[in-house]
Amino acid sequence: MNPKNTVAKSLLLLAVLVVPLMLNLFGFAFYLDLATRLSILAIAAVGLNLILGYGGMVSFGHAAYLGIGAYAVGIPAHHWLYGGMDMIASTNGFLQIALALFASALFAFLTGLVCLKVKGVYFIMITMAFAQMLYYLLVSISEYGGDDGLVIDTRSEFPLISLDDPVQMFLVSVLSLFLIMWGVRRIARSQFGMVLEGIKGNEARMISLGYNTFRYKLAAYVISGVICGFAGALLGNFTTFISPEMIDWARSGELMFMVILGGVATTMGPLLGAITFIVVEEVLSTITVYWHLPFGLMLIGIVLFVRGGLSSLLERGQKTDD
Amino acid sequence: MDTTLFVIQLLNGVQLGILLFLVASGLTLVFGILDFVNLAHGAVYMLGAFICASLTFLTGSFVLAVILALPIVALAGFLLERFIARPLYERDHLEHVLGTFGAILVIDTLAHLIWGPAGIAIPLPPYLDGQIEIWSGIVVPTFRLTIIAAGLAAAAGLYWLVNFTRLGMLIRAGASNRTMVSALGVDIKTLFSLVFALGAVLAGLAGMLIAPITEASLGMGNNIIITAFVVIIVGGIGSMKGAFYAALFIGLIDTLGRAFLDDIFKLFMSSAAAENSAPALSSMLIYILMALILSMRPQGLFPPKLR
Amino acid sequence: MKKLLVSLLGGTLLATSSIAADVKIGFVTTLTTPAAVIGKDMENAVNLAIEHLGGKAGAHNLEVVFGDDGFAPDTGKQVTDRLVKQDNVDIVAGYIWSHVLLASRKSVLDAGKILISSNAGPSQMAGKLCDQNFFSASWQNDQTPMAMGEVLNKAGVKSLYIMAPNYAAGKDMVAGLERTFKGEVVGKDLTKWGADAQLDFSAELAKAKASGADGIFVFYPGAAAGAFTKQYHQAGLKDELPLYSVFTIDGISLPKLQAANFSGIVGSKVTQEWDPSLDNPTNQKFVSDFKAKFGTYPSFYAAQSYDTINMIAAAVEKVDGDMTNMDGLRAALKSADYDSVRGSYSYGSNNFPVQNFYLREVVVDGNGDWTTKVVDTVLTNHVDPHAADCQMN
Repeated sequence: MNPKNTVAKSLLLLAVLVVPLMLNLFGFAFYLDLATRLSILAIAAVGLNLILGYGGMVSFGHAAYLGIGAYAVGIPAHHWLYGGMDMIASTNGFLQIALALFASALFAFLTGLVCLKVKGVYFIMITMAFAQMLYYLLVSISEYGGDDGLVIDTRSEFPLISLDDPVQMFLVSVLSLFLIMWGVRRIARSQFGMVLEGIKGNEARMISLGYNTFRYKLAAYVISGVICGFAGALLGNFTTFISPEMIDWARSGELMFMVILGGVATTMGPLLGAITFIVVEEVLSTITVYWHLPFGLMLIGIVLFVRGGLSSLLERGQKTDD
Repeated sequence: MDTTLFVIQLLNGVQLGILLFLVASGLTLVFGILDFVNLAHGAVYMLGAFICASLTFLTGSFVLAVILALPIVALAGFLLERFIARPLYERDHLEHVLGTFGAILVIDTLAHLIWGPAGIAIPLPPYLDGQIEIWSGIVVPTFRLTIIAAGLAAAAGLYWLVNFTRLGMLIRAGASNRTMVSALGVDIKTLFSLVFALGAVLAGLAGMLIAPITEASLGMGNNIIITAFVVIIVGGIGSMKGAFYAALFIGLIDTLGRAFLDDIFKLFMSSAAAENSAPALSSMLIYILMALILSMRPQGLFPPKLR
Repeated sequence: MKKLLVSLLGGTLLATSSIAADVKIGFVTTLTTPAAVIGKDMENAVNLAIEHLGGKAGAHNLEVVFGDDGFAPDTGKQVTDRLVKQDNVDIVAGYIWSHVLLASRKSVLDAGKILISSNAGPSQMAGKLCDQNFFSASWQNDQTPMAMGEVLNKAGVKSLYIMAPNYAAGKDMVAGLERTFKGEVVGKDLTKWGADAQLDFSAELAKAKASGADGIFVFYPGAAAGAFTKQYHQAGLKDELPLYSVFTIDGISLPKLQAANFSGIVGSKVTQEWDPSLDNPTNQKFVSDFKAKFGTYPSFYAAQSYDTINMIAAAVEKVDGDMTNMDGLRAALKSADYDSVRGSYSYGSNNFPVQNFYLREVVVDGNGDWTTKVVDTVLTNHVDPHAADCQMN
């Protein structure tokens, strides 16, 4: 990697951190919230990229983990306020996040045992099937609002920080994002990551080399789910609202698009994808209710003309500069 | 259980199955032969419904409108192939999904701009609008039977086309081995265009048939496309036979689940709990089914031979 | 990329920070998905109200910023946040859907602003979740079906089959009907709702028919209304299983049903707090101007939206544009001292209207268009059943 490239990427990260804070300072509080949402969804996209990008496992059901994480915040808070389920009734943030991570890991492990037996389009569809099952399960639990969803009355409580403060909420989200980007980058470059990419390229070969590929894939699948579950816990705190809608297949699709748009199997790709997706959506939808039209054309244009996603533009632009 | 009710629900299930087959057959053709994931297939289904609605009001006849609308959706399918699918054949499935998702957004918004947000109710001619007694005491809407008949006719036509024509031979060969077909010197581009247009016609027809019941409405295609994908996965990608059986199976499961699950649940839980959990489980049924089938037969029920 | 990001953000900032109007009203409704047909009707009514007011409340300019909820609670909440935080509106109004309103209420009320529902009236917000800053310009969900329950009792209906969408309002509607209906409910189906709502009711209708009920009660607002009535008609249930509905056959579905010449519904009866035929000058002007401008009869959604704007305008005038005078605003709104298209009404302890509910019949008007007219007053100055649960602070 050439140094100028690194500069560009560092500048981008700096901008993600600083621009929203500046805007907030000048009284545009809404853009701070937008950046918080962007950071949280970028975390989920980074998590998805681990299996989709590096591992070649295209999950069309990753919004399920966003939902699990959010419900893991909402359900304890709900019981804390309205009674019942004393075991989990709490507003303690550590407990809620632990619950979110554990529940996502469990869901990923159990569904992974089934999903990872199939490949390609079959994998896409079976991951979606599990997310849909969870969707309908949540719809049927009227205690947590069913179809209508549930307003979370109190956010997770932590010592020293308050998520009720939009600036702190943003900082927690964006710093988590950076940490997780760094973590996934480490994983991708570790021996584990190499094996994962090997499996993506040629699984039979990795098996003949003596790797238990199923275990590697399952481990990656669970890590990816846990990252998205964490994003979900943040999302629940951010929107203070949970509903089965969070798990809808269209949301899983959006996460997928963020990753593909930004460029699969790259560190910056998911972030770039999330930025593009959310900023363009925001800008277009304030201009016209027909914003899906230019948005759709943009997606088509990027697929047809920008191979390798937006992060390839970053690299390419860099090369012409040299 | 009431036999009359059961028979009627069975018919409703078959009708849903037939519609699913019309959508899924095009999807499985395009997927099996062109190896192209076409999410926008559902948008063509919606286009069929809206075009048919406009033509019904223009010509005053629903049947005439269907006949006129079919070539128009074929053209839509052709354009979709030419400008979005064709440049993406050599790419990843992921990029197919992204590109055709973009196409959904574009087509849905265009439909919103052209036809407005309101759905359009399509009037039926009197001879299709009533109901008919098919057995003593079993009365069903005539149009529901018409859908079943039209769907079966289309299925039969498709069966003939695939099994007894030169185009069908190429399609079958293509589903089994793509390189072989191109090695035979067949103009693969034209074949692909034809297959795509054929798929569009089938999906469009399904949209036209359902529109007089549910209205032509925005987003109607997005509801059915996921179920259609479930159908082709369960049936085995590229298999017409698989799509047919899986569609009927899923249509029946879905309808019978909605109709009878809460009664079954009420046998062993409170009626309030049954009213709550039955709709959820009946919506889940097809996904549970798909997961079960895939975990036992990863290639679906009827995988085409020689892939 | 950074430059792009900054310029994109900058662009929206410029676009949205236009010249500040005196009073800004945020109006959340559904402008995409098939349910946009309702949102459009409301948007038209809001614009008509602003036009009738000359864009002013007293000496103060009124500006309306519309927001699209996409028929989903989370999108609705997001757009509400934007109206409150970015557009900095003074009052938030609108809301067709109960679940969207429930999801969004905190965003507005926590910011200390006034929230007015132009349609949705979830039971929670009339009872436990009532708030001094929340007002309804419509009704509480239970009330309209309660009126229908009375109608059914009068008509001698002994057994009933019920169908409604599975969301907050659907459940309220069923509960409301069961409050007053004295006969037996022999079957009940709650169907999938939202952006991918269930529209084929064949399984449910077959069950309803087999149940042998005296009638069927349904609640299918917006786009589902046409689909339901059509299938009901095709299933030939008109004589066997008479249709009693609320919020289903209205100004929005009637033109469509007429275009498809579904004559079976002429003569069918619905209950409502408003009707285009109500005889007061405000209503006459509203209905005739709406028809002249948009070509159809206004729906009740439109009527309530029109009222919402006039109610706000009257309150703004009373506090002389001082939107920080919350006590003054609340008192002004609570007085219901404006010309409502439904005639005069008052506010109950929970800030929901205390008003009449009418029985309306679908008729063909002088021009051959299908509309409704009032045939009876079912409930007079009716207080909703949840008002007792409201402990307003």
